Amino acid sequence: MDTKKMAIIATKGTLDWAYPPFILASTAAALGYETQIFFTFYGLQLVRKDLSVLKVSPLGNPGMPMKMPFGPKWFKSINWNMPNAIQAIIPGYENVATALMKQTIANNGVATIPDLRELCQEAEVKFIACQMTVELFGFEHSDFIDGLEYGGAATFFEFAGETDICLFI
Amino acid sequence: MNFDKELDARGLNCPLPILRAKKALAEVTSGQVLKILSTDPGSVKDFAAFAKQTGNELLSTAEAGGEFTFFMKKK
Repeated sequence: MDTKKMAIIATKGTLDWAYPPFILASTAAALGYETQIFFTFYGLQLVRKDLSVLKVSPLGNPGMPMKMPFGPKWFKSINWNMPNAIQAIIPGYENVATALMKQTIANNGVATIPDLRELCQEAEVKFIACQMTVELFGFEHSDFIDGLEYGGAATFFEFAGETDICLFI
Repeated sequence: MNFDKELDARGLNCPLPILRAKKALAEVTSGQVLKILSTDPGSVKDFAAFAKQTGNELLSTAEAGGEFTFFMKKK
């Protein structure tokens, strides 16, 4: 049987959007897929050495439940959504939301992004960073983890053209 | 049921039980049986799908008090 293949384009650079590419890639690798992720635009944040740059923002994100990860059950079930105009003027709002999200993730036995990324690397998921966006955003190769390859659209198609599953995230 | 290795994936959520199982299966030989404990309700469908796609045989699935026990035989 031929090895199945999957390619993912990761374009988002927030904590919440870091999950789908790494969950799918690590699971695909466990199922025996040869897997590649092409990181471009804001997706480059997912291959930074320092992952503390990943944040989540409830601002302009009406789908995000704002619930507290501690306290009694009645307290945890309150949804703290508030108008965008108010969210926007509270200093540090994003940092607080990110800290609460990380606590919720830990409470639910969900892996952290550094862990999932490492699991992908252990499973030999190939990471390719878009060289054009590296330059566009003024990054240096030293900002990124080791083991990355740098390439462009043609590099992506070389592998993507042979895949069974190809996703844009 | 007899088993050769046990994996405690209780408290872990998707996709960790599958990733840990894959790792544990790499540490047993063909024909040996891995016992997996999990509390993730999604793992029931996931382990069936994992078995189907990897060729490892899911010998049994059981649930008791919110805990799931799987026996998987390595291909």
